Amino acid sequence: MRSIVLYLHVHQPYRLRHYTIYDTGTDHNYFNADYNAQESNEKLIHKVAEKSYIPTNNKLIDLLNRYPEFKLSLSITGTVLTQLEQWAPEALQSFRDLIGTGRVEILAETYHHSLAFFYSRSEFEAQVLMHKNKIEELFGQTPQVFRNTELAYNNDLAFWAEEAGYKGILAEGWDKVLGWRNSNFVYRPAYTNNIKLLLKNYALSDDIAFRFGDHDWPEWPLTANKFSKWLNDTPDANVFNLFMDYETFGEHQWHESGIFHFLDDLPNQWLKQEGNTFMTVSQAIDSFEPVDYIDAPETITWADTERDLSAWLGNPMQQQAIAALYELENKVLGTNDLGLIEDWRRLQTSDHFYYMCTKWFNDGDIHAYFSPYSTPYEAVINYMNVWHDLQFRLTENGVGV
Amino acid sequence: MKVLMLGWELPPQNSGGLGVACYHLCKALANNNVDIEFVIPYFSKTPVPFMKVTTAWPKKYKNVIRTGLAYDSASYVDSGGDIKHLDIMQQQRLYEESIEKVVNLGSFDIIHAHDWLTLRAGLRLKAQTGMPLIAHIHSVESDRAGGNKGNPLVREIEYLGLSLADEVIAVSEHTKQTIMRDYDIPSDKIKVVHNSIDREELGELDPDNTYVYLELMKRQGYHVITSVGRLTIQKNVTNMLRAAQKVIEKIPKTIFLIVGDGDQYNELIDLSAELGILRNVVFTGFQRGKAWRDSFAVADLFLMTSVSEPFGLTTLEAINYGTPSLISYQSGVSEVLKSCLKVDYWDVDEMANKIVAVLRTPALRQSLRDNAVSEVQKLSWAPSAKKLQKVYAKHLMEVA
Repeated sequence: MRSIVLYLHVHQPYRLRHYTIYDTGTDHNYFNADYNAQESNEKLIHKVAEKSYIPTNNKLIDLLNRYPEFKLSLSITGTVLTQLEQWAPEALQSFRDLIGTGRVEILAETYHHSLAFFYSRSEFEAQVLMHKNKIEELFGQTPQVFRNTELAYNNDLAFWAEEAGYKGILAEGWDKVLGWRNSNFVYRPAYTNNIKLLLKNYALSDDIAFRFGDHDWPEWPLTANKFSKWLNDTPDANVFNLFMDYETFGEHQWHESGIFHFLDDLPNQWLKQEGNTFMTVSQAIDSFEPVDYIDAPETITWADTERDLSAWLGNPMQQQAIAALYELENKVLGTNDLGLIEDWRRLQTSDHFYYMCTKWFNDGDIHAYFSPYSTPYEAVINYMNVWHDLQFRLTENGVGV
Repeated sequence: MKVLMLGWELPPQNSGGLGVACYHLCKALANNNVDIEFVIPYFSKTPVPFMKVTTAWPKKYKNVIRTGLAYDSASYVDSGGDIKHLDIMQQQRLYEESIEKVVNLGSFDIIHAHDWLTLRAGLRLKAQTGMPLIAHIHSVESDRAGGNKGNPLVREIEYLGLSLADEVIAVSEHTKQTIMRDYDIPSDKIKVVHNSIDREELGELDPDNTYVYLELMKRQGYHVITSVGRLTIQKNVTNMLRAAQKVIEKIPKTIFLIVGDGDQYNELIDLSAELGILRNVVFTGFQRGKAWRDSFAVADLFLMTSVSEPFGLTTLEAINYGTPSLISYQSGVSEVLKSCLKVDYWDVDEMANKIVAVLRTPALRQSLRDNAVSEVQKLSWAPSAKKLQKVYAKHLMEVA
């Protein structure tokens, strides 16, 4: 049996509004920009709900109705859920309808899409718990499989996830950890006994997520027929782990690219061959025994040609900004001021650090596409002005800084 | 007597000290009944009560959109709405060719041109009319290039303009020496007329400072150090940040407020992160009005550590707002101001040493402040105007 494991990641950060040193100390609104500003979260949520969430959910529900074997998995961050609740309740309802089919699994992750695992274990655990509660509240499901922000993964994380009781965890199927092996099997993290590891097939995933609409790509146009043939022609495989941003459908790849046609036709083409099926991440984990151990002493992620954390923490500006933020942890949490704590957590969202990235070559286009700033330096200035305001509020709260 | 004054900017369209100095100098001259027509390469709606301001650009252009920086390209919009981007050399050429069409050349006695940007125009008009040309130098190309040679085309204009002018005015002894060194102009052809400060023209401070955050941090024992200027190699902010790192090592509760814009902006943000002091450095971009005044007032110490600063008006402005200063020896203002700390622009250790000393010794800060304020209170542009009038008179006698 060969299975496509389709896993889509849904996320929107709380982008910062244009925030100057003259706002610092006088205006504690960091996230609500003017509706017409480029960085308006409300406007962006409206746009992505209309272009991606609602049409894609409708298409997925349609596919689930048409193909009993079709299944998929989702991760949805807390920061996108609260924005949907506030500004796009109809899109949130469409996610509830989708998940209500009972054939869509939700993964565990940090509520704020943060890199807290690498800075504060207790904060990390608090955010994972917050996320679990939110998912149970909105969708009545308890996540069994863990994915960390940006698929940032190492042996320590796998060990933590096993201790925390997860049956599986996701990572990038990066050549450095796989060596001669490939990602089309279920593995076990090094130094663990029970948990299983699913590795992203980045070549096939990126064919859809990044290259689909690229007219210079020799394989363009990509059809579901061609794609299924590639999979069928692959010897020795149990799972094809197609992991990507949910927003691939309709947002990164626009409707005009034909991406919805591709999605529509994929189950049809794939299920034509006997023995082919779809699985959620839990089903894949339950169905296959691990074939080997994967040792990842260094952190791998799903981004950029380096597949490390350098997109978020590669330059000194990023390192200092994030260190400054986590330094405030005890003081912020000690205030019991829920508004302040939530603002501090929203500032942990990895996107803020991504905007400060100065790697301009292969991945520069991708970075520019996702950033509301015209340069990474403006992102740094804006972020630090907000950080100074956190410091201001702490001081007002009587906490020495 | 009527002076044809060739300038590049006036407040509030100024990018720095050049426009401010021209404005106050003309005001002081007008007080002494000197009749001035001031020609600029853009249209200004801001009325100037004491002189006529004339725009020089060809009639076919409807509008000129200037960007924030002094030496950038500008967009010229013609009456059909078409936009042309002109670099600084092309702008100069347009200015030079337009002046004779917009002023009545026969009505003037003397030409007074400010900085290299107007020197070509000055030379052309001198050749046409035979009027004496005074070249007033607020900065030289090697100043702006941070001690390097700079742009050879600009050097050529400066060389020709300074050689052919009837007399050269330098804003400081420092600038005079630079002109002699760079262009071999003889000492007796260059007269030093220092810049000054017109305290009546400077806005008053409000009781509430706009930097609410910095004010609160100060009450928590933080110190604030301010620098105001273009973020270019000339202003030496890189060394300032290196000194900042050493200061913060000794006194972690120190914040550096960097006010200004320029080509080094991104580089300086990067550098502060590399030095590990990102959270101690606040960048505001270019500021005017209250935010500008308050950035002086909020500071315990003002820094102007330029590689080569022809004058350095901001130092006097900082003192006017009650903030003592640390300046580089390589500046014109250090010739007129006694009550300040001075340092060589390259001496990062000594910069840090002096900053720490001021922060740790309130008495030192207080006496620097009090003495500097009383020095600045005695300054005015009147003596500078007097000196200039003597220069005018001398050349008019020669013509007669």
